[in-house]
Amino acid sequence: MSLSKKNKEALLNPLSINNPVTVQVLGICSALAVTAQLEPALVMGLSVTVIVAIANVVISLMRNTIPNRIRIIVQLVVVATLVTIVSEVLKAFAYDVSVQLSVYVGLIITNCILMGRLEAFAMQNGPWASFLDGIGNGLGYAKILVIVAFFRELLGSGTLFGFNILNYDAIQEAGYINNGLMLMPPMALIICACIIWWQRAHNKDLQEK
Amino acid sequence: MDLLSLLVRSIFVDNMIFAFFLGMCSYLAVSKSVKTALGLGLAVTFVLVVTLPVNYLLQTKVLAAEGILGIDLTFLSFILFIAVIAGIVQLVEMVVEKFAPSLYASLGIFLPLIAVNCAIMGASLFMQQRIGLEPTDPKAITGIGSAIVYALGSGIGWLLAIVALAAIREKMAYSNVPPALRGLGITFIVVGLMAMSFMCFSGLKL
Repeated sequence: MSLSKKNKEALLNPLSINNPVTVQVLGICSALAVTAQLEPALVMGLSVTVIVAIANVVISLMRNTIPNRIRIIVQLVVVATLVTIVSEVLKAFAYDVSVQLSVYVGLIITNCILMGRLEAFAMQNGPWASFLDGIGNGLGYAKILVIVAFFRELLGSGTLFGFNILNYDAIQEAGYINNGLMLMPPMALIICACIIWWQRAHNKDLQEK
Repeated sequence: MDLLSLLVRSIFVDNMIFAFFLGMCSYLAVSKSVKTALGLGLAVTFVLVVTLPVNYLLQTKVLAAEGILGIDLTFLSFILFIAVIAGIVQLVEMVVEKFAPSLYASLGIFLPLIAVNCAIMGASLFMQQRIGLEPTDPKAITGIGSAIVYALGSGIGWLLAIVALAAIREKMAYSNVPPALRGLGITFIVVGLMAMSFMCFSGLKL
């Protein structure tokens, strides 16, 4: 199935030049907090993708019947319901990860990506385009999470998805030590800053005056 | 003494911004001038102090298995917490508009946006986790008093963080930052360095 040009943009732009985290500056809270290891970061990214996509479709279907004054409350209730479902599913099928994610699953409700996309896109567009926009933004968010988590887990604990990569005697004896600071909150901010730096150095249009 | 310890811990050690990254979106967006940062910080603190005790009572008296309904309804906590927060923010907005129009005008759009500030929802969810802790744990929230103290501490911590960043960004306007890092990038690095300095509080004991 081929996509129209507009739908293709809705799907692909958030992955690169209109990334929700590095360009739109949305949803930073959870993006930084869950990235000490790859597995929770990936689960978080996929959860957000599913929730944004479904919430976008639901709000898009209801967009003509929602009274303008109470639209924020309606959006919050839709999102909170979806987040509750995802949280219960995670507890049932991936309990360890849901413990690691702790409050950040619940905080998807207040994740600005959701409210931002619902307000900016789903309220004006049809369900199919909104679905693609949701998937695109969710994956754009997941992409940043996975990149940050990759560096933090590899350099911080020497593992990837919990598998040993760097913790061998030969490497340790050569003088390599895991950098514990990478697991601390500040380094998430600095790695994210480096991604922004790299992206803006390659794409001059995004630079701020 | 326990309450004082909880207050100091929630301001410095468990700082909403530097330890948990909660409320980052408005933190980055509104920290361009000290004056608006101060206004938003005070509003966040106020909303925290009002909503957290309400959610605490809701959690312990209604949703928990030993509450008045006798059924474990904690899976409903997300919806109820966000409804309480959105409702109270709406109420605060109406009260401020009626009795302090000048403050209302200066806060503008930020007041209704507090409803979707992660710091408010995050504090309620952390409170929910901390109820189950042993009473000897310094993080435990054992009653309505400690819930209010925790809300106050978290709010002050957030206020401190946003005012400090706004002050740095006001000075930074005069410095020569590489073009690709200008704006968002350098702000992230500054927040990272501030978070590192806040890590030195992590062993704090009272």
